[in-house]
Amino acid sequence: MKYVDEFRDAALARRYAEAIARMTTRPWTLMEICGGQTHSIVRHGIDQLLPEGVTLLHGPGCPVCVTPAESIDAAVAIAGDPGVIFCSFGDMLRVPGHDGSLLAARARGADVRMVYSPLDALEIARETPDRQVVFFAIGFETTAPATAMTVVQAARDGVANFSLLVSHVLVPPAIEALLSAPDNRVQGFLAAGHVCTIMGYWQYEPIADRFGVPIVVTGFEPIDLLQGLYQCIRQLEDGRAEVENPYSRLVRREGNRTAQDLLRRVFVVQTQRWRGIGDIAESGFGLAPEFAHFDAGRRFGYATVAPERPSECLSGEVLRGLRKPVECPAFGTRCTPERPLGATMVSSEGACAAYYRYRRPVAVPA
Amino acid sequence: MSLSCPIPDAGNDIIELAHGGGGLLMHRLIDRIIRPAFATSNDDFTHDGAVFDVGGARLAFTTDSYVVRPLFFPGGDIGSLAVNGTVNDLAMCGARPLYLSVGFILEEGLPITLLHRVAASMRAAADAAGVRLVTGDTKVVERGKGDGLYINTAGVGALRSAVAPAPRLVRPGDAVLLSGDIGRHGIAVMAAREGFGFEGAIESDCAPLAATVMRLIDAGVELHCMRDPTRGGLATTLVEIARTAGVEIRIAEASIAVSEPVRGACELLGLDPLYVANEGRFVAFVPVDAAGQALAVLRDAPGGSEAAIIGRVTANNSRSVLLDGLIGGTRALDMLSGEQLPRIC
Repeated sequence: MKYVDEFRDAALARRYAEAIARMTTRPWTLMEICGGQTHSIVRHGIDQLLPEGVTLLHGPGCPVCVTPAESIDAAVAIAGDPGVIFCSFGDMLRVPGHDGSLLAARARGADVRMVYSPLDALEIARETPDRQVVFFAIGFETTAPATAMTVVQAARDGVANFSLLVSHVLVPPAIEALLSAPDNRVQGFLAAGHVCTIMGYWQYEPIADRFGVPIVVTGFEPIDLLQGLYQCIRQLEDGRAEVENPYSRLVRREGNRTAQDLLRRVFVVQTQRWRGIGDIAESGFGLAPEFAHFDAGRRFGYATVAPERPSECLSGEVLRGLRKPVECPAFGTRCTPERPLGATMVSSEGACAAYYRYRRPVAVPA
Repeated sequence: MSLSCPIPDAGNDIIELAHGGGGLLMHRLIDRIIRPAFATSNDDFTHDGAVFDVGGARLAFTTDSYVVRPLFFPGGDIGSLAVNGTVNDLAMCGARPLYLSVGFILEEGLPITLLHRVAASMRAAADAAGVRLVTGDTKVVERGKGDGLYINTAGVGALRSAVAPAPRLVRPGDAVLLSGDIGRHGIAVMAAREGFGFEGAIESDCAPLAATVMRLIDAGVELHCMRDPTRGGLATTLVEIARTAGVEIRIAEASIAVSEPVRGACELLGLDPLYVANEGRFVAFVPVDAAGQALAVLRDAPGGSEAAIIGRVTANNSRSVLLDGLIGGTRALDMLSGEQLPRIC
């Protein structure tokens, strides 16, 4: 398949791995931000190709995993209203809040539907004017433009029975929060290529300067990841801390201006809760006042800012790179993809699910 | 870490859609409800069909229900699926399929012309597979309670070999063969249901496998085990066999054929073709010295041009399936867990 096969070339992968091994003189700890990258790393065994001493930590970039349990509780409660059709992306359906998941709500009789785009939910609203249609708007800067486009269309056409439960999150504030933590171990980042496609990478330049960490814009195929790792380690070995963009086949410094304009029009930046991590200032999107009447939380009277309840789940430490999934006592026993304690075990992009799926019966190299 | 630790079912003990996904939850239902209630021997409910003697004749017997939506999809429909699925389950037992029953559950409001089309499709599929539909039943349920049309078929076949192929016959050293490319059926149905815009580009592989299996038997290939990777896909099927047989199976990702349109659709949707359903493919475990001959038979069969030896059974008793990946890493495969849900981004 064009644009995929050339980035899964075994011989080229070996050459990158050898080059990384040759230039690495010291242990380095790197973090890939995006859950899609985590999935690809574990699936293709890229961490197994790296020299001993290079540690990959898996960052908080799985949108499903960081959606707060309180938002899911609100989603389940709203979905339980018999007048509501509740629409969500597929892998969000299985994530448990405090009172079960949307799939469990569906089994109890709620009308929960899987959609592939927020525009599909808007279409359902147009076709079913006698019922309230709610879309669970989650995700990073990658999915937010589609949400914004949907809000604009709903407003333009006056679709009164449509609303959104918004829980969008932003990457740069999360990186800053991780780097500011006293227990931070991360020395370099692979930035998420798809987020940068929308937002560009200029936002990362002040972060690289301020914290002295290299940040390399990285794609999702094995060769993309190895190239990102190569450039990140090269910078660390050279004592540089710059933003580099080897994913230039998709990413430009300024990003997609049209999408950014749309985001600025529809959303306001606000404090956002990240599951397992806590509140991070200016790290999420809420609907701008002009569109606040599309806020499902307001329409149905569910606030989503209840305090986080304690849980055996260590996903917060996994998401901050303090622990590997296999170091959790519940991993693979009390916590599995069918009966997850936390979201990182649910989504195919979650670090725990990736380890469960690809690493469980095989010994993980120490 | 104990891998066999029983996982407590946390509350919520009602049937969810994921119980029908062919993965771990369905196996748990079989292990906890079906087998304790019905099984009288260790072999019961461990394979695609049952094998027994009646008056000196060795017979295979199986049943399956079909609830596919939409009822018609590129490459097939619920009728051809209901015939081929049961034909294939009999073939996987090493039996020549002979007679099928059909039960229709019809929803009030279903156009009679549609039922006519489905019945004609079943007859055509039965003729193509060399089986006869000989008995049946119809029931009608109220509007809104039936999704149009459900079909159950059961089938009887005559065993062709002295010993029916089964997971317990799998031996270290066996070669693992796959009869063609994977993922067509699941993607074709999903595309037709969701209207992604590439429907039509991908046709279901829905087809009868009995003729190919009979040719393997006629060629004298010693068949240790066969199974068609339907729900849950190739990975789930191999894991089931590894666990039942108590062996390690090692396969190479590069040897597993996936057509370009299926790969493209899977990349787009974040699905893994190893877990996507097939309705016209099977895996066969044969002694390594028979692998070449078996492969030649598979390649000769309709749709078999991409048949391949995808791996082998290794001596290790770890009851697992290992996949040697495209760029050098190795990963363990597990059963499909719940439904395979498209990724958000």
